Amino acid sequence: MAAPTAPAERPAALALRGVTKRFGDVVALDTVALEVRAGTVHALLGENGAGKSTLMRVAFGLLTPDAGSITLAGVSCSPPFTPRDAMARGLGMVHQHFSLVAAMTVAENVALGATGRYEATRVADTVRAIGERTGLVLDPAARIADLPVSAQQRCEIVKALARDVRVLILDEPTAVLAPDEAQALLRWVRTFADADPSHAVVIITHKLRDALAVADDITVLRRGVRVATGPAAQFTEASLAEAMLGPGERSAQVDAEVRAPRDRMSAAPHAATPHARDGTDTTSAAVLSAHDVVVRDTDGITRVRNASFTVHAGEIVGLAAVEGSGQHALLRAVAGLLPVTGGQLQTPADVAFVPEDRHRDALLLDASLTENLALRDAGRRSGHLPWRALADRTTSLLTARDVRAAGATAIARTLSGGNQQKFVLARALDEAPSALIVENPTRGLDFRATAAVHDALRAARDAGLAVLVYSSDLDEVLVLADRVLALHDGVVHEVPREREAVGRAMLGVWSDASMTHADRATPTHTPSPGAST
Amino acid sequence: MSVSSQAPWMGAVQRLALLVGGTVLTLVVLLLLTGHDPAIALRALVRGAVGSWYALTSATLVRAIPLALTGLCVALAFRAGLLNIGAEGQLLMGAAAGTAVLTALGASLGAFALPLALLSGVIAGAAWAGVAALLRQRFGVLEVISTIMLNFVALYTVGWLVRGPLQEPTGIYPQSASLPKAVQLPLLWTGTRLHVGLVLAVLFAVGLWWWQGRTASGFRLRAVGQNPHAAATIGRIDVARVSVLAFLASGALAGLAGTVELTGVTFALYENLSPGYGYTAIAVALLARLHPLGVLGTAVLFGALQAGGNAMQRDAAVPIALVNVVEALLILLVIAGDRLGAARRATA
Repeated sequence: MAAPTAPAERPAALALRGVTKRFGDVVALDTVALEVRAGTVHALLGENGAGKSTLMRVAFGLLTPDAGSITLAGVSCSPPFTPRDAMARGLGMVHQHFSLVAAMTVAENVALGATGRYEATRVADTVRAIGERTGLVLDPAARIADLPVSAQQRCEIVKALARDVRVLILDEPTAVLAPDEAQALLRWVRTFADADPSHAVVIITHKLRDALAVADDITVLRRGVRVATGPAAQFTEASLAEAMLGPGERSAQVDAEVRAPRDRMSAAPHAATPHARDGTDTTSAAVLSAHDVVVRDTDGITRVRNASFTVHAGEIVGLAAVEGSGQHALLRAVAGLLPVTGGQLQTPADVAFVPEDRHRDALLLDASLTENLALRDAGRRSGHLPWRALADRTTSLLTARDVRAAGATAIARTLSGGNQQKFVLARALDEAPSALIVENPTRGLDFRATAAVHDALRAARDAGLAVLVYSSDLDEVLVLADRVLALHDGVVHEVPREREAVGRAMLGVWSDASMTHADRATPTHTPSPGAST
Repeated sequence: MSVSSQAPWMGAVQRLALLVGGTVLTLVVLLLLTGHDPAIALRALVRGAVGSWYALTSATLVRAIPLALTGLCVALAFRAGLLNIGAEGQLLMGAAAGTAVLTALGASLGAFALPLALLSGVIAGAAWAGVAALLRQRFGVLEVISTIMLNFVALYTVGWLVRGPLQEPTGIYPQSASLPKAVQLPLLWTGTRLHVGLVLAVLFAVGLWWWQGRTASGFRLRAVGQNPHAAATIGRIDVARVSVLAFLASGALAGLAGTVELTGVTFALYENLSPGYGYTAIAVALLARLHPLGVLGTAVLFGALQAGGNAMQRDAAVPIALVNVVEALLILLVIAGDRLGAARRATA
């Protein structure tokens, strides 16, 4: 975090002035200004829907502002200003959802969009040269589909650098990465910004810690308005959170969400949650129990090699894992959606499952909420569907669980992401299942919707459900879980509920103190026959 | 999409009026562009389609029957997310199976001959669709491709049958022997060509509408068509099973259309038994937005267009191809309109 040394007379790498953007009646950006000083890292913070991405899409020429000006390195960009112009002027953007062709190689993706002849060896040399210069090492001949997410992200950045991009916009770059990968990326961002006075990086994020760790300057947007800007040293996590959420809007819940990661950063023992954790868990019944479970996915690839754990009634067990560790197969096996090919898995008949991708796996987007309610276990129904009763049930569900929708006949697509997720959760809990499996329950949700989902999960736990939560966000696992399981390369370990220990276990490093079986953590629980040691 | 609410009659009537208006308008523009007098041509068209009781029943409605049955076939498959383009082939196989049953066993079956022939058509159509269903399920072959290919296989199979095993006794014409009166579908009105196939089409349309909206299995079909992932994950629906069954049912409807056409209109099997009903069915289904009752309406509209088109060719020397152009343009207009409407709703 070296102090910026750029001379004051050097023009801003990127300056936006008075930018206003409307979508219909909605003002997405209201006369927003942003100045990214040359040679610095600038963090753009805000809740979902605050206008962060919209602002950067304006800067990159993807959206035409209704008012305002864009200046790149002191030169004004007159409309029509397109992404092609932006890149020609040295501005590049890496989107949250990568725009790579999965079937093509790294070199082919880097060459994509360039003009003239494609010479494989020349592009490969470029990729290697960038790797040597910047440390973003990639095999030019590797197929994108075979690469892990972190390497795909590197490829996106290399793509930009190959076009001589000096100002990089990264949209939520750490969201898809494991903790150590995220740290490595942030270190790289710092190095890149310091490497040349013409370089600069804008990081769009809602992770306060990332912003404070890497940025020289921070700008906070709230509902399309710039509410704070200045050197990072001026801010604390608390002041940033308040700026993002607005005065007087911080519920105790949100407070806890903000404070929790800081507590763990200091490696202090985590404050006990209101829920009793003093051993009462061990007396309640094991609802889900797995012993040496092996699971293959639908392609026949073994995803879970050895999973042994129990989840008791009235507790939330968090599952932490780096993407690709077998978590999706494990959760689906527990939910009864994938067969177990080895070991023993005992689950009740009424397990509710909330998949991470609600658009793909949980909702009929073009159907009414009543029809979406009817979808639950539609495979087990026969005869007539009682539409009137289902509609009434939907209506009462919407009220009881505070789902904001126009009514039971509202089309699922018309709901906001937060309300869709609340509906999906409400539907899962509607018939009082004995176990609830949730996967990335707050993906893409803002603070308030996240808090509501967390409340619902805790309420389910307090009502006596056995809850198993997986989140790719380690902080979310730690905030929610009473106990933590780490999954690495298809093997499950129970680990202490501490950030460092869990983070290490996710990467396959676990200390002797951590245990491989949930049963050992709850010694009074009688191990079922067949449990290995 | 909310099937639970009452049918929006006004909307449907409005839509049909719009379709008819759009058809006439497109036709007038095309007639002017090709140098025909729209007044003369349209008069011929109307006379041929609805100008008399005979034109309405024996030209328009007789054509609407196979269009409605194959339209239901396509609508059912599309609802389930299956792009069954093979109604034409399934129809031909249905007609061939019916011919085989009637020529081989017709005399010995007595009163059961006609029902059994219809049943054989249902089975043959389902089996022909089953080939595509199997290819899709086991080997991941796109049904769009396989069903189109199977149309040609069916066409040439019929071509071989009417020159070989099923050829008429004299062996001169490439067609089967004419069916005796006893195994022809009864007429609805004497003096017309309108047969009881119309009743079958209406029954199936109403039945499908009720089944899709009211029953659990019908809902499963729609859920799988809308989002197979959610259907499997939340609905715990056996998606493969629902898909295969829907494919078979879809083929069965087209097969039935084939035997109905055979026993109600042509009374013999030959290669050109269907003037592309199975292809026009795609337009019929799409214009009806896959709604079974809507299919009845659009089938009549297209039946009228084709009946009127024939009259237009005869009386005003306007090539029938013009009518095909109108049909194609209608689909494009409707799809564009739906997309525009959806986009407007999305931004609202």
